[in-house]
Amino acid sequence: MSVHDFAQLIIYIVVLVLLAPPLGQYMADIFGGRRTFLHPAVGWLESALNRLCGINTDEEMGWKKYSMALVWFNILGFAAVIVLQLLQKWLPLNPQKLGNVPPALAFNTAVSFMTNTNWQSYAGETTLSYLTQMLGLTVQNFLSAATGMAVILALIRGIIRKTALTIGNFWVDLTRSVIYILLPLSLILALILVGQGVVQTFAPAIKAVGVEGTIQEIPLGPVASQVAIKQLGTNGGGFFNANSAHPFENPTALSNFAESLAILLISAALVFAFGIMANARKHAAIIFVVMLLMFAAGLTLSLYSEYSYNPSLGVQTNLEGKEMRFGVTNSILWSVVTTDASNGSVDAMHSSLSPLSGGIAMFNIMLGEIIFGGVGAGMYGMLLFVLLTVFLAGLMVGRTPEYLGKKIEAREVQMAILAILGTNALIMIGSAVACVLPAALASLANKGPHGLSEILYAFTSAAGNNGSAFAGLNANTDFYNIALGLSMLIGRFVVIIPSLAIAGSLAAKKYSPPSTGTFATDNITFAVILAATILIVGALTFFPALSLGPIIEHFLMRAGAIF
Amino acid sequence: MKTVLTSIKLFLFMTILTGLLYPLFITGIAKVFFSEKAGGSMIKQNGIIIGSELIGQNFSEPQYFWPRPSATNYNAMPSGGSNLGPTSAELKKEIENRRKQLISANGGNENIPADLLFGSASGLDPDISPQAARYQVDRILAARDLDHSLKTLLLNLIDEHIERPDLGVLGEPRINVLKLNLALDSLLKVRK
Repeated sequence: MSVHDFAQLIIYIVVLVLLAPPLGQYMADIFGGRRTFLHPAVGWLESALNRLCGINTDEEMGWKKYSMALVWFNILGFAAVIVLQLLQKWLPLNPQKLGNVPPALAFNTAVSFMTNTNWQSYAGETTLSYLTQMLGLTVQNFLSAATGMAVILALIRGIIRKTALTIGNFWVDLTRSVIYILLPLSLILALILVGQGVVQTFAPAIKAVGVEGTIQEIPLGPVASQVAIKQLGTNGGGFFNANSAHPFENPTALSNFAESLAILLISAALVFAFGIMANARKHAAIIFVVMLLMFAAGLTLSLYSEYSYNPSLGVQTNLEGKEMRFGVTNSILWSVVTTDASNGSVDAMHSSLSPLSGGIAMFNIMLGEIIFGGVGAGMYGMLLFVLLTVFLAGLMVGRTPEYLGKKIEAREVQMAILAILGTNALIMIGSAVACVLPAALASLANKGPHGLSEILYAFTSAAGNNGSAFAGLNANTDFYNIALGLSMLIGRFVVIIPSLAIAGSLAAKKYSPPSTGTFATDNITFAVILAATILIVGALTFFPALSLGPIIEHFLMRAGAIF
Repeated sequence: MKTVLTSIKLFLFMTILTGLLYPLFITGIAKVFFSEKAGGSMIKQNGIIIGSELIGQNFSEPQYFWPRPSATNYNAMPSGGSNLGPTSAELKKEIENRRKQLISANGGNENIPADLLFGSASGLDPDISPQAARYQVDRILAARDLDHSLKTLLLNLIDEHIERPDLGVLGEPRINVLKLNLALDSLLKVRK
């Protein structure tokens, strides 16, 4: 690595750390109901929506009602995406005259975009009409991210409210997330992207006659508007098959920087917003540091691995699956960023990365995407680990643990464990089943340990709602479409519903003032135990599987083996 | 029941806002301020679109600079990479074949830049490294029956076409193959 490589990494981290606190403050203002500089511009839109939909902003919901509203709203999103796909042949804005999507694939895609996973078993440019992409997928990119934000808001209210029966109003939280945060940021990013060369048009694909006379059909579409929210909302589903490696989604190093920054921006800011709203700024800062260090550790190991000599192929620099405008460093940075978050877009093909770099990407998702993580999802996922940490610390000293003035008891811990182990179980069970089914094994593109990695990555990505892939795996089969679809669905709600249950249970508790025996959550000791808890849960669950996939592939590669 | 009703209403309005008004608004602004870029940065010659500046196209004739290998052979419908892993025997064989072909096409020069051996992520990478362009100069001179004294001319052309990292630091130095080949054609046309 050169000075130039380090400079790019440092710029990324510095800009992220500089932008997160002010955006966090802004978000805390929005969700705290305070007036901001954007209210004169779009405040009317919120009032209009509330009036049109009959939303009473003073109405409060208990956790069950909040969950019901969330689930109904998500079901509608699912239904809209599936219907658009099944009927797109007869609907407008389909200049390529693409046919209707087969049911199993339509199911997979609808679940995928509803759950903020954005796993793609299809190639966008040859499967989905402009209408389906816009009216189905772009909308879900916004709404699934807003759903994530609503859950963390409910959880924060659970922490700060005392002996309360309610945790907020889902409609209000959702509307504000879209109008004041996701939409304005998307407008800015989309225009930056168009300025860099990302296409935005309703014109049909163009047939170009190349210099040597070969005809090349070049796909177009309303891409910039979708790519902007796909990154900001940690969705990650590409308009085109090559995702953010496609020159029309990510044409320059500058667009690459803006997009990779957008992936972590809102989630990083949410940590600070949490600190402000829960009146626990120092605690939030400690969580931010833990996230940043885990991010840096993954990045370092991944870069080290990718820059090492590959004896199997006999090459020092492996550029397979990488684009020249980004180079090795930016490709690795993106692979870490996209899996720390629940984004899953790629600017280089993860399957072609060195074994440990691909393994880090997988492990990031396995940890629960809590290193900044998905919009909302990263923070509520992290809070589940915080509860677990506080509980473990309480066990060690034999005292009922408290967290930010609330006693943590059996119910909260049960729910946190359900959420954490639920996703982990999905990954292990799904992968195990696929490993013994001939129909599932027929989809593998690579042999040897890399083949196992393809399967493991697929179920990790689906259950973790990430969406990236070792894309050699042919996932567009009935087995994978349905199995991965179910993994995404369960993986999303097995975390959301317990999180809301915790919110309800915490809100109902009375305030327990901190005493001398309270385990402090705003110092280095807490940071160390938190990081250890996350790593131990992740490592204990996944080490055996990882050692049969990326880890053994690494050692066999060092010995020069090929498969 | 009220929950369902509110759901339906809010979902409809959100769909109109984020799925219709937002993309239309961006399309409108793009049309006014970035018309060519929003339309795909197409390059025309004599009124015919010969490709996009951003989308790589295949060159296999010896008198042109060649792009990187592509898993889709520069077919953009759909895009994609090989997804072959770091211990793939298939990838190893492909690299060997490419190496042999490049050496024999380029006068036995074994100093092949890595980007000419490995396929890109999109299969549509428009760029190659400056080294990869320089590597091909002798072949192009020979294929066009040009005197070896013109080599500096071509090397200068390559240098002029190096795109530096954005803002001086982001990304890698690179050369757009289509633009370089068009410049090559027009340069030699002028000289004739």
